Amino acid sequence: MTKDIRTLVSAAEARAAARSADALVRSAAERSGEIDVGLGTVESPIGELFVAVTPRGLACIAFEGEDREALARRFASVLSPRVLTAARMTEDARRQLGEYFEGRRERFELPLDRRLMTSFARQVLDATARVPFGQVATYGAMAGRIGKPKAARAVGAALGSNPIPIVVPCHRVIGATGTLTGYAGGLDRKEFLLHLEGDPTLAGM
Amino acid sequence: MSTRTPPPFEEFLAEHGGGVMRFLLVAVGPEHADDAYQETFLSALRAYTRVRDDGRLDRWILRIASRTAIDHHRRGARRPTPTETIPEHPAHDPEPADAALWSAVGALPPKQRVAVVLRHVLDRPYDEIAETLGCSNEAARANVSAGLRTLRETIA
Repeated sequence: MTKDIRTLVSAAEARAAARSADALVRSAAERSGEIDVGLGTVESPIGELFVAVTPRGLACIAFEGEDREALARRFASVLSPRVLTAARMTEDARRQLGEYFEGRRERFELPLDRRLMTSFARQVLDATARVPFGQVATYGAMAGRIGKPKAARAVGAALGSNPIPIVVPCHRVIGATGTLTGYAGGLDRKEFLLHLEGDPTLAGM
Repeated sequence: MSTRTPPPFEEFLAEHGGGVMRFLLVAVGPEHADDAYQETFLSALRAYTRVRDDGRLDRWILRIASRTAIDHHRRGARRPTPTETIPEHPAHDPEPADAALWSAVGALPPKQRVAVVLRHVLDRPYDEIAETLGCSNEAARANVSAGLRTLRETIA
């Protein structure tokens, strides 16, 4: 008898049923506003992007190949553990990124949640956000713009920690001799983004 | 084990969804399982900012699922399932050969049904079943054995 009741539903059948019911949980959670960090993905020419959006705004964009589980755990400990895949919360960010990569958008109109940035990184990245589409600036120039002209190296580190690449355009900051220098997402991606924006050079500053 | 922030809810859902669904499929029946599953995890999500991860989150979610299952029976058929959440397919297609057992399980009183499923489908220990039902260990054992006896008599 007790064996019989166990065989009514196997663990594998239950797992399959759970995976399809998860969609109901996600949409009901979104409707009731119970998600503090909504997750989503969007395809792009530089690989699938992972986005995290909170009620305050876009908090994170990660490139393909980054450890998404580790990122989600960081969101859980820094922001809130109520982290869940959320189609509507991430919709604007996903749509605007799609438009950017199709060449139909030069400016992002998205509120940002900057809680994943240190206060120094916040200053640097706020200044970075003001470098327009199709232009570049040097690390030294960015250091000057935040009033710390000797801090080019620290500026580089802050840019490297940018949790919202592409939208906060740290790819527009390059070396004084015009070399791309570095990019957390890899130099190929930095090159791709600058090419998409018309290959701006320092001469155009 | 030290207590800390629980894992991201997404990870929690992936880890415990299968066990909760297996419990609910038998405890409320395949036709109400999706509904109860959604209710269980929404209740968990509402409380999730206050819960500490003591390594026993499996107990916590099964407690919520059990409460949901018992409430479901209490509300019975008076409450129509919201049409928006009716899935295209039921969460599980029972085997015709198991029809008698399904209806016998379905006829058990709610507490007995929950106790039998926790014990004999999910292999949960009696102290946990007692905690879940808010009763003594003896009462938990009594619920399980009464439920099993009824099942045996009905099927025989």
